[in-house]
Amino acid sequence: MSFVSLRTSSLTLATEVGEAPAGLTEFWIIAGYLLLLILLGFFASRLFTGTKSDYQLASHSIGPFLLLMSIFGTTMTAFALLGSTGEAYKEGIGVYGMLASSSGIIHSLCFFLVGIRLWSFGKRYGYATQIQFFRDRLDSDLIGLLLFPILVSLVIPYLLIGVMGSGTVIQTMTAGAFPDVQRFVTESPATSGGFPKEFGSLVVCCVVLSYVFFGGMRGTAWANAFQTIVFMVLGVVTFCVIASRLGGEESLLDNLRKLGEAIPEDKATRVEMSKTKFFSYLLIPLSVGMFPHLFQHWLTAKSAKSFRLSVVAHPLFIMIVWVPCVLIGVWATSDLIPANIPLPKNPNAVLTVLVKNLTGPILGGLLTAGVLAAIMSSLDSQFLCIGTMFTNDIATHYAKEGRFTDRQEVMLTRGFIIAIVALTYWLSLFESKSVFTLGVWCFTGFASLFPLVVAAVYWRGLTKHGAFACVLATIGAWLYFFREAGYGANRTYTIDLLGHEVMPVAAIFAMSAIALVGVSLVTSPPKEETLRKFFSDDII
Amino acid sequence: MLRFIWPLVILLLILHQDNWFWDDGTLVFGFIPVGLFYHACISVAAATTWFLVVLFCWPKGLDEKVSHESTKGEQSV
Repeated sequence: MSFVSLRTSSLTLATEVGEAPAGLTEFWIIAGYLLLLILLGFFASRLFTGTKSDYQLASHSIGPFLLLMSIFGTTMTAFALLGSTGEAYKEGIGVYGMLASSSGIIHSLCFFLVGIRLWSFGKRYGYATQIQFFRDRLDSDLIGLLLFPILVSLVIPYLLIGVMGSGTVIQTMTAGAFPDVQRFVTESPATSGGFPKEFGSLVVCCVVLSYVFFGGMRGTAWANAFQTIVFMVLGVVTFCVIASRLGGEESLLDNLRKLGEAIPEDKATRVEMSKTKFFSYLLIPLSVGMFPHLFQHWLTAKSAKSFRLSVVAHPLFIMIVWVPCVLIGVWATSDLIPANIPLPKNPNAVLTVLVKNLTGPILGGLLTAGVLAAIMSSLDSQFLCIGTMFTNDIATHYAKEGRFTDRQEVMLTRGFIIAIVALTYWLSLFESKSVFTLGVWCFTGFASLFPLVVAAVYWRGLTKHGAFACVLATIGAWLYFFREAGYGANRTYTIDLLGHEVMPVAAIFAMSAIALVGVSLVTSPPKEETLRKFFSDDII
Repeated sequence: MLRFIWPLVILLLILHQDNWFWDDGTLVFGFIPVGLFYHACISVAAATTWFLVVLFCWPKGLDEKVSHESTKGEQSV
């Protein structure tokens, strides 16, 4: 029986016996979850003191646990649940080493080496954005004008992935809930009768906007912590349920053994994976050092000690989320998958299809909430960050001193957040499948700018000309390779570097670092007063 | 302090490139492919390394210094 007839027959049967239509339970669970988030934002807003520092940075009051949860939630997007399963389905177990264990090493390295130093500068000199730091450190106003459009342009596709992904997930999981609403009927039975994706995206945008608008950074941190717990717990529960349904044995261990033995050889090893490509993937996690939204989260820390838990627990949290998803992905390639579950062509939909067919509507609804949690815990920080950048790096930076009161700056930030949410939603309405392939290109861009932030905090010899050369080399090389990859259309695009297959990030990163060092060595360094400001003590 | 961190991180990065398990499909505990198990162990090793860094290489007195300087800055404003 095909997937189409399975869904149609279950829908007909449900209607005949007077049960709720398929997808309706999931719909109400999702609605309840979104309502909970709005309430959370409302409670967070009651603690808002009304100042700009409180709105943008929660008055530097975030302790170790909230910092860990908010940073982890921000770095884990929908890719952590859906993408990890899909990539493992396609490539095998190697994706864990390629994307997860490498991030465990590199992310914590960035938090420790870059995050703490930037936090100390931010707290001393009152920064809320990366650009404020770079302008001061390099004695250059122009570096802000160059970086601003680049950082915003790299974040927007990332935002689009979340907004579009949330709509698609809601529509798929609620398919069949509204069979009588003509507007909700689609050609594909996998989505027909589901809450339309443009409405789903709109609802998610409005929910995120509500708690970011009212709660600011505090609301964002609370929501992130809550959502991180939700998607971690639900990920593990889903893993156990799917193992039990696919294995059909008594105990979890017996199920795991049966499923383990069924994994095809090519998925249980990395025989089809290039060793040098795997190695070059190590550069991708360096992107966290340049994410503007993560910079803002670092500045919320109450003290340097607040970073300790994040530095230690981050690799373990990645493991807790990724190992179950990777195993589910490789199980899906085994012959234990029932013939009546037609696996989709799009690997990212593998987890959703397994959940929908192997678990009940309640777990299906809860898992959808978990996926939305992963998406929204990144979206909120990115919206807040772009609003903060527009306010601090453009509006107030170029206005006369004293032009805006503190309260007006809060209103400006909120206004910019509404504008960016509206713009992102509007862009998401234009169906563009290629936007999903842009994710890795965004990470490549941020990772290639990493030499800039490391040099800014550790190298006295960095000059503004060196910084310009680094940014221009990065963007030039990025555009070149992006065009070569058919503007993201070629999803498996790699380059040949000295006879080895590597990701484009390896070449762009090398050019960025060479330009930065080369130009800095032949141009005059910043003023001694500036260097004293940033290198007066040996922090790390 | 950096001289203590770099050797540990470099060792982790070398261990991360596990060419020795590349085409080994052995199941550890009868259910987890050794390539995946090994990299889960790398995650645990990374957490342990960072725990040691926090214990022995954490910048001393940073909070007091930053708090003192930010108070001084606020007063001068």
